[in-house]
Amino acid sequence: MFSAKQLQPAEAANQSISDEPLRPAAEPRVWTVGLLAAAAWLAAAALTDRWPDADDWERTGLLAELMAAIGVGLLLAAAAGGLFGARLTRLRRIGPWLIALAIVLAGWEVATAKLQLLPRPFFAPPQGLLEVFTDDWARLGDSVLHSLILLIGGYVIGAAAGFTTGVLIGWSSAAGYWVHPVLRLVGPLPATAWLPLAFFAFPTSGSASTFLVALATAFPVTVLTWSGVAGVNRAYYDVARTMGAGQRFLVLKVAIPAAMPSVFVGLFMGLGASFSVLVVAEMMGVKAGLGWYLQWAQGWAAYGNMYAALLVMALMCSGLITLLFRLRDRLLSWQKGLVQW
Amino acid sequence: MVAAALAAPETQAGTALVIRDVSHEFDLHGRALPVLDRISLRTEPGEFVALLGPSGCGKSTLLRLVAGLEAPRAGRILVDGAPIAGPDPSRVVVFQDPTLYPWRTVWKNAALGLEARGTVRSQRDRVSEALEMVGLSGFARAYPHQLSGGMAQRAALARALVNDPSLLLLDEPLGKLDSMTRITMQAEIVRLWQRSGFSALLVTHDVEEALLMASRVVVLSDRPAQIKAIVPVDLAYPRHRGDPRLAELRREVLGLLGLEANW
Ligand SMILES: Nc1ncnc2c1ncn2[C@@H]1O[C@H](COP(=O)(O)OP(=O)(O)OP(=O)(O)O)[C@@H](O)[C@H]1O
Ligand SMILES: [Mg+2]
Repeated sequence: MFSAKQLQPAEAANQSISDEPLRPAAEPRVWTVGLLAAAAWLAAAALTDRWPDADDWERTGLLAELMAAIGVGLLLAAAAGGLFGARLTRLRRIGPWLIALAIVLAGWEVATAKLQLLPRPFFAPPQGLLEVFTDDWARLGDSVLHSLILLIGGYVIGAAAGFTTGVLIGWSSAAGYWVHPVLRLVGPLPATAWLPLAFFAFPTSGSASTFLVALATAFPVTVLTWSGVAGVNRAYYDVARTMGAGQRFLVLKVAIPAAMPSVFVGLFMGLGASFSVLVVAEMMGVKAGLGWYLQWAQGWAAYGNMYAALLVMALMCSGLITLLFRLRDRLLSWQKGLVQW
Repeated sequence: MVAAALAAPETQAGTALVIRDVSHEFDLHGRALPVLDRISLRTEPGEFVALLGPSGCGKSTLLRLVAGLEAPRAGRILVDGAPIAGPDPSRVVVFQDPTLYPWRTVWKNAALGLEARGTVRSQRDRVSEALEMVGLSGFARAYPHQLSGGMAQRAALARALVNDPSLLLLDEPLGKLDSMTRITMQAEIVRLWQRSGFSALLVTHDVEEALLMASRVVVLSDRPAQIKAIVPVDLAYPRHRGDPRLAELRREVLGLLGLEANW
């Protein structure tokens, strides 16, 4: 279609582009963005420390020290960039973010602790949050633990039940006949709607909450496992059948592995749903966990505690999602272009 | 049952296949679509037969019936005198699409049949041998998405050969190969067939391929497929592309397919 000559200039251009990534070896030894970030953090530390607070805050000194520590750390990393080489590439990537973070933190500090521009109880200064972590870490940690136990317990039960149901109705049309209508009617109901009933029907609020989390997880996992199993290329079964595979092999070694990408979509959706049910269940029923902590903090108008708990919750949820992503990447590495070993 | 099925091919007699008055149709949009029309064919044990016909005439369908994946609407298919009850590892298909399992490495794909029958552990060597035979030893640990189209088809061939079939059903197994690999693989399959003595039923679009490999070429009509002619290829192996007798046979077969004007 194209003559060799037509192709040549494009190829030459390609070559010069693909040469580019080979160059980082010649990158400047000193990491400029890192220096800027270090300067930003040190400046934020100085500002926090030198500018007197408008009100009494106990952890202003500690906050300034932490900011300074980050600044010094960045300074070292930036100066010694050449020494660490590859290990610093991740840090390099978040360089601009580090600068932005320092600026936002400094702005927040000025607007709250220093000038009190924002209405007091609702907007806690950074050291207010810090204080929660230094003074109330035991209760906060305990809440995280309770949340995790409840969440993981319910999620594992829900995921297992959803997966089993999904495989069953995807594989057996008799099971599908009976389960499908029930699933269609009951599945879309938000799990939280079951809350009053669950707390009444279960012996403890803990078991009721576990049930609700499991319920919220099970629906998306069931539907996506089912559609994954139902959507398996029929030719895969033909291949196995001509080689003497029995039903067991067809389910365990053909249908389920082929459905896994879809199952994981369900697992992700289930995890998201389980978070929101967890918080509601903790607020309404179980007197423990981060959801409860949030409500407790609100009751005392302790907004610093609330922000701290929100931050912890965000880290927890995002950590769990990351974990699930890792698991997927491990199990489904055949799906991507990645090489295994 | 499984052990018996596996032990049988050790004696290495290919199966005798009898297709008697087989007709088949599909339901397409609520209407019957006749695909095979009273096909009758008898093959000797160890014979290599090629099925040649226009696209969509029903070649793959006939192969599926012989494999036991579907039952014919009319007529009977006998293997060594016994009617086909269902799929059996002694009759393995190399499908038109390689249909390798993307979640398995090449090695594990090739080991599929052994695993399905629970004999992988005692017959690991056979998997490696089969991969060697199709030239994929170096790719045993690769995933299907890391193979070229031709390599995937060779992997599918290895997956079938591992089962030591007494009847190998080949549905355009070389269709996606480049012409060079194709020539090598044609010779390789013939060599394998001569060595192991299985019967082979090869579906192909390629007249030359059919004439190079098969001892008889069955020419099918347009859908619904009927047998137009059966052309015996009276040439000794290994055959040569330049053989004048081959050119003669090719003209004859192309004529049967209604393509003589183009040559
Ligand atoms: N499962 C099915 N349902 C309905 N129609 C089908 C089905 N499978 C095949 N057919 C029809 O049967 C006819 C024959 O199909 P088949 O796959 O046997 O053709 P073929 O001879 O192998 O063609 P090709 O050489 O292109 O592979 C086609 O017209 C196709 O549309
Ligand atoms: Mg076909």
